Amino acid sequence: MLRDYLLFLARACKLSFMGGPAFYAWMIFLTVLCGIGGNAYMHQFVNGLGTTGMTDQVSWGAYIANFTFLVGVAAAAVMLVIPAYVYRNKEMHDVVLFGELLAISAIVMCLIFVTVDLGRPDRFWHLIPVIGKFNFPISLLSWDVIVLNGYLVLNLHICGYLLYCKYHDRKPTWVFYIPFVFIAIVWAVSIHTVTAFLYVGLVGRPFWNAAIIAPRFLCSAFVAGPAILILAFQVIRRVSTYEIPDKGLHLLRNIVTTALLINLFLFSCEVFKEYYSGALHSASMTYLLQGLEHHGHTYNALVPWIWSALTLEAIAAIILITPLGKKLGYLDVACFFCIVGVWIEKGMGLIVPGFIPTPLGNVVEYLPTTNELLICMGAWAFGILLYSWMLRVAIPIMSGQFSHEKGIALSTPVAREGEVQ
Amino acid sequence: MADEERQTVKRRSFLKAGAGVAIAGAIGATLAPLRDMKAGALDGFFQQHYKRLSEEDIAGIITRLEGEIGRDYGAKVTIKDPKPKKGVRFAYALNLSRCNGSRRCVTACVKENNQSRDPAIQYIKVLEMPSGTFDLEKSDHNYDHEQVPQEGKFYLPVQCQQCENPPCTKVCPVEATWKEPDGVTVIDYNWCIGCRYCMAACPYEARRFNFTKPEIPKEDINPNMGYLSNRIRPAGVVEKCHFCLHRTREGKNPACLEVCPTGARVFGDLNDPESEIRYIVQNKRTYVLKEEAGTIPAFFYYFDV
Repeated sequence: MLRDYLLFLARACKLSFMGGPAFYAWMIFLTVLCGIGGNAYMHQFVNGLGTTGMTDQVSWGAYIANFTFLVGVAAAAVMLVIPAYVYRNKEMHDVVLFGELLAISAIVMCLIFVTVDLGRPDRFWHLIPVIGKFNFPISLLSWDVIVLNGYLVLNLHICGYLLYCKYHDRKPTWVFYIPFVFIAIVWAVSIHTVTAFLYVGLVGRPFWNAAIIAPRFLCSAFVAGPAILILAFQVIRRVSTYEIPDKGLHLLRNIVTTALLINLFLFSCEVFKEYYSGALHSASMTYLLQGLEHHGHTYNALVPWIWSALTLEAIAAIILITPLGKKLGYLDVACFFCIVGVWIEKGMGLIVPGFIPTPLGNVVEYLPTTNELLICMGAWAFGILLYSWMLRVAIPIMSGQFSHEKGIALSTPVAREGEVQ
Repeated sequence: MADEERQTVKRRSFLKAGAGVAIAGAIGATLAPLRDMKAGALDGFFQQHYKRLSEEDIAGIITRLEGEIGRDYGAKVTIKDPKPKKGVRFAYALNLSRCNGSRRCVTACVKENNQSRDPAIQYIKVLEMPSGTFDLEKSDHNYDHEQVPQEGKFYLPVQCQQCENPPCTKVCPVEATWKEPDGVTVIDYNWCIGCRYCMAACPYEARRFNFTKPEIPKEDINPNMGYLSNRIRPAGVVEKCHFCLHRTREGKNPACLEVCPTGARVFGDLNDPESEIRYIVQNKRTYVLKEEAGTIPAFFYYFDV
């Protein structure tokens, strides 16, 4: 059994290095970006968080913004799981695994982003229960540690089990995965709710201290996550022979459309509440949308960003609700706009205004440094590399070209001639 | 044929060797900044949480820390670990009618508590407020006049409010910050992981982060240090006002009070019926900042001309 498993791993490793020039170029490109990001992180590790643009006033920045966005992407995998397992949708069943693999890479990126945000990463072990001192259940951050790692383990188990069964050409036994699939559905909602509560629970930050944040988080997650999946499926269709039916893409399109409209609605609810009442607490929203006057100076670094995001989301909404969205080319564009729009809106657009103005009414803007951006780029590159690698192994298993019996029997266009057995 | 094959093999092994060198080089380049790491930067890696340490453990750690400060800053210092006194409940009151915005308290605090001079860390912020408003967003944190007080302004110094119900300790994922029995919220600088969640949680902007290793000229170092208070902090951890507990637990006043030129500041034990702080809280019309936040500060403000 163990030998068998080691053989599987060895073959999977071998498979990861098999591919055409385009595959090699892509993987080397990502590896180089990871290296650059790693180098930037080593610089930060030695010299401290002073290498970032964060200050005492804006004490969280690009790392936590990306983290928040990616938790949503991870949670959104559930939008494939529900149709596949609850409604037994056949099209979804064939591709649900790719969604779960995306969740794994997104969670890994989340963990990277929170780790690089730590002032003392060497003390990470203080978070381990019993050995360290884990402030559970009082601190919401301790909840987040549990739900994120739990979600990672759940998805690793589900994907690993299904792939390994398929590799052995066995039918998976339902007790070993169906219960976990249903736990993962609830868990997916919990990771994003808990992450929202991180912010919502802070009494000193009126911009975040609003009940609408958690529903907004889930909505925007169900925009960006399925949009990323649509684009990923389009790529998979082009670089492999794996069949992904159009119907599956259109089901995802419907999810993106609905979630996007609700997301825009919830955002407008917030804007109304802040502006109409005209209370002092609306300063953060004013800073975000219009810029803030403070002692004769206008601070408006985020204004062009949020308006770009809203414009992109609006264009995407128009494409998606009109018949244009049914054309795959336009759908790709709309998905790309959704991803960028949500990334800005719930990344920097949510984190930074929470700190501006400060609780004592000061205004200090935040601008990430180059080193900080390189670290972000490295973390993203690592996640995409991981996803590419997992797909490289999973797709041949799913299409039956990589199995225990046959070994690696590739006939896809990505395999080089000499390696077809 | 055989020759060609050999050449292919040769070329392949050459390429492999080349790839190997490239990978090794890339890993080396990635890790290059680690060369600048100071020796001993990770000392005390296995140190446990303050509350799990015995007296002997703490004594050992203090010896190590004194050595480190001597090595890094060239100063001979003593670190003590004064414990809270039973039945004592510290509180602070500030007479806004008297405060003239001189910021003497800010500089005295920096000196007393060995705050980093570069980048500058200060526990006390003095807000210059226009008369007739309590909207903090109208305050000026960076006022710079020849003379204070200015016409039409009043001054509002803010530091850690030592809340009865502190939002900052609640959010800490590793219990690196907690409330002591005498009411002071402290931080274990050797346990904090630097996630800065407490900074986001504090409604009074009282917490500061050491973005780099604190820089303090040797001659400016205050050698009388407390383990949970004014010892020089490591990089990457949060710090804040602790009511000068290395002084106040030994019966002295906080540095900010001692230096105040107008006598606007009053500090003492709320449980002592004879204390001035008790008199003020009982008899003056005091108020607290952001009462609606439910934090229940132990820091009272009042006007009294």
